[in-house]
Amino acid sequence: MTSSDQTWSFLMGRLSLDALPLHEPIILATFAMVALGGLTLVAALTWFRLWTYLWKEWFTSVDHKKIGVMYMVLGLVMFLRGFADAIMMRIQQAIAFNGSEGYLTAHHYDQVFTAHGVIMIFFVAMPFVTGLMNFVVPLQIGARDVSFPFLNNFSFWMTTAGAVLVMASLFIGEFAATGWLAYPPLSGLAYSPGVGVDYYIWALQIAGVGTTLSGINLIATIVKMRAPGMSLMKMPIFTWTSLCTNVLIVASFPVLTAVLVLLSLDRYVGTNFFTNDLGGSPMMYVNLIWIWGHPEVYILVLPIFGVFSEVTATFCGKRLFGYSSMVYATVVITILSYVVWLHHFFTMGSGASVNSFFGITTMVISIPTGAKLFNWMFTMYRARIRYDLPMMWTVAFMLTFVIGGMTGVLLAVPPADFVLHNSLFLIAHFHNVIIGGVVFGVFAAINYWWPKAFGFKLEPFWGKVSFWLWVPGFWLAFSPLYVMGLMGVTRRMRVFDDPSLQIWFVIAAIGAFMIAGGIAAMLVQYGVSIMRRDQNRDETGDPWNARTLEWATSSPPPAYNFAFTPIAHDLDAWADMKRLGVVRPLDGFRPIHMPRNTGAGVILSGISLIFGFAMIWHIWWLAIVGFAGLLITAIAHTFNYDRAYHIPAETVAATEAQRTRQLAAHQGASA
Amino acid sequence: MSAAHEAHDLHHDTGHGIDAPHVSLREYATGFIASVVLTAIPFWLVMTGALGDKTLTALTIALFAVAQVIVHMIFFLHMNAKAEGGWNLLALIFTIIVIVIALTGSLWVMYHLNHNMMPQMTAHQADALP
Amino acid sequence: MSTPQQPLPASLSGATLTAGYYDLNEHDHPEGGSTLLGFWIYLMSDCLIFAMLFAAFGVLGGNFAAGPGPKDLFDLPLVALNTAMLLFSSMTYGFAMLAMQRGTKGPVIGWLIATALFGAAFLSIELYEFSHLIAEGATPQRSAFLSAFFTLVGTHGLHVTFGLVWLAVLLVQIGQRGLCDANRRRILCLSMFWHFLDVIWIGVFTFVYLMGMVR
Repeated sequence: MTSSDQTWSFLMGRLSLDALPLHEPIILATFAMVALGGLTLVAALTWFRLWTYLWKEWFTSVDHKKIGVMYMVLGLVMFLRGFADAIMMRIQQAIAFNGSEGYLTAHHYDQVFTAHGVIMIFFVAMPFVTGLMNFVVPLQIGARDVSFPFLNNFSFWMTTAGAVLVMASLFIGEFAATGWLAYPPLSGLAYSPGVGVDYYIWALQIAGVGTTLSGINLIATIVKMRAPGMSLMKMPIFTWTSLCTNVLIVASFPVLTAVLVLLSLDRYVGTNFFTNDLGGSPMMYVNLIWIWGHPEVYILVLPIFGVFSEVTATFCGKRLFGYSSMVYATVVITILSYVVWLHHFFTMGSGASVNSFFGITTMVISIPTGAKLFNWMFTMYRARIRYDLPMMWTVAFMLTFVIGGMTGVLLAVPPADFVLHNSLFLIAHFHNVIIGGVVFGVFAAINYWWPKAFGFKLEPFWGKVSFWLWVPGFWLAFSPLYVMGLMGVTRRMRVFDDPSLQIWFVIAAIGAFMIAGGIAAMLVQYGVSIMRRDQNRDETGDPWNARTLEWATSSPPPAYNFAFTPIAHDLDAWADMKRLGVVRPLDGFRPIHMPRNTGAGVILSGISLIFGFAMIWHIWWLAIVGFAGLLITAIAHTFNYDRAYHIPAETVAATEAQRTRQLAAHQGASA
Repeated sequence: MSAAHEAHDLHHDTGHGIDAPHVSLREYATGFIASVVLTAIPFWLVMTGALGDKTLTALTIALFAVAQVIVHMIFFLHMNAKAEGGWNLLALIFTIIVIVIALTGSLWVMYHLNHNMMPQMTAHQADALP
Repeated sequence: MSTPQQPLPASLSGATLTAGYYDLNEHDHPEGGSTLLGFWIYLMSDCLIFAMLFAAFGVLGGNFAAGPGPKDLFDLPLVALNTAMLLFSSMTYGFAMLAMQRGTKGPVIGWLIATALFGAAFLSIELYEFSHLIAEGATPQRSAFLSAFFTLVGTHGLHVTFGLVWLAVLLVQIGQRGLCDANRRRILCLSMFWHFLDVIWIGVFTFVYLMGMVR
């Protein structure tokens, strides 16, 4: 080794020009497009002088509403990336027949399906769900912000840093080619010596810090900051499901953290936790990671159950049927989600006694979920249902999710699982519950809460176009997978020998293109609605005649949410207030104590990103500098004792007077 | 009492800046002495082998550990049913449940897995290996 | 928790109704009212990380891979000494808490320094033990048992190290601002952290060291 080589590897670790995908035309073209788009965006922001605005009003904001919106934007951007991966796989599988190799190399294809899974779970579903909880929960419980506003901002930026690392892996080096849970020994050093698995590890670890902290934050918020009078059994159901979700986050993400630490020790230090020799056990990794993995499923879907509950109650115009059974079902699911993890690896060989225990618990957990469905249906029974978009998505969810749930019960039978394990049947099943549940739910939520966030409703026309492309598209894309799964086709295949299968994959690809149309229509819906926002203004703050406290304030809500904290006397506090004709106070405003914005979150997560990057590429000096920088910045932040300010009473009075005028004008117009 | 006033009282039960638990020297001294005893006995049991039987010794020291954890929780961490409206205790109980499930579950699953998938070879089978 | 409040009679109207549904005499909420609960929940999540390391040790702790086992490696008097250091540090932290309750800044600082010294002694003994093991060839790479051992005990040690850094920062902050509300809250949080590490150590010396010697 020459001395210049040594200098290079000291300075840059494993990083060299070879890491750039210059020989991969597909990635290069993607890179060119992303770079062009990025440059256009940066230029536009600079041209319109938006950087200061963004920094002051959004990036450094500790306002839970803005952080919630930023989470949603992150989720949407990553959703486009994750979907691009999906459609690449669909095309590859539709054409790789009759000796054709398709258009993706094996190494590239393996990265695509890994990235698709990782992105969709960690950087799409999680930000969407966290964003919804962040935006809605404080408003629903009548609070002005979360318990730890700075931590909230920090959590968001840590999640973003993880997403940036995943995106960087596309252009610098490679991503893991191991499947989305990176099972060893394949993900061990012996079989994956490159940077792919390291990208995976550090992206998830950095994002995981954010997720765990935001979980702690929201639990403390729900426990400590509810409006007076709002006892636990008077909490809106979405707040209940959020509470359970965050309990699950705090009690399961540490498991993921620990498991990934052990995997990184195997890779960086040479320990033998999950290796094949010297006493290691790769199966231990599978066991541990599913202790996190199963609760994670419920982390995603529980808040969505909350969304559907709110939407159903609102659009049926009556109280949710069986509120307390809904709460108990949620709590039972929370606990039971910890005793089913082995159903993800029935075939590993723990034997009949272990398998039957976990098979039975899995079937048991479907009972509370079924109870929820009956509650929604009984709420709809003999109601005057308004089929606006949120309600349409809810009905689509109920029809889709039930099928997904039932195929799940099929898979819970261990002997059946021995046939269906790792087949396309499984793929169809979990897409059926995640798309039919989480994704449809997020769309219902976006259509439902958009007016609250931005002060105008979404255009229904393009929303309906999107709906009618999405729902049939989904069924077209995934029904063939059920069929092929039953025939024994396994997941993660790149080429096929049996030409009779091709027609199924072509149908699935057509479905995927319909979904692409649905996504495009959704983006058009947002664009058109923003342009025509003046025609769709929500002046009342309560466009759907809804029932919970977030609709008691203006749309969009002022920074302080409520000039006076509302007092809850009943479940559905806002419906109660409307029924009695409670007039909101018009004078006697007081100064309001609010947290101050800070850039510390952006800086800390930026340094974490550098630290992660240095660890991935073995640039040790930079890792040390990054770690020290992290420590010093964090300590310096604790010396800042002045973290709050008062919104003066006059400002509050002026804002509220504006709202009074708006309400009066609206009443004048509608009278 | 008006609803507003009542709600107001509910919100400010702390009275002053922080809701600190009251601690006493007696508490810490009790905790310390109990911990010393509960640490010394298991060490003595293992170092002298006083109980003779391995399983018995293991069970005994496990019980001492549980006792000492409880002592620490009560006297050092000031755990009681009232702190933070009972939420601290609830969080602890939930965590213990999850830990028990994950620990015993992992041991159970992995024991059966090893039993089924890596059976000990008999001498006869070992001889038959190439 | 809140007492149940019945819906107000519908006969109420106007200002009375408004007063019943909005908190008109609200005071500032004390800053950091959720900190102690939030920190406790964080400790619970940390506890789960340790639980996983214990699970790894429980499953892999018997896999010596023909290498050294607990009886070849562990030195119980040294572990006992280490345990004593942690117990003393708990006691001195208790004295710091008592001093904080009396509102005397000097003794708080003194007892916290004593805590830091005991903590540093604990760490030094642990580092001595580790270096000794590595010198004997019992490295973390040698077997799954040693991987799990070093990771579990080392993670506890890392937490103690972090606690020491926190102590140092807190000492400076108490020196600068005295026992203000924010600093009192921090002393309380650190006390939970410190005693929590004690609890983890009970698990470590019982299930790793003592059980290892019995096995």
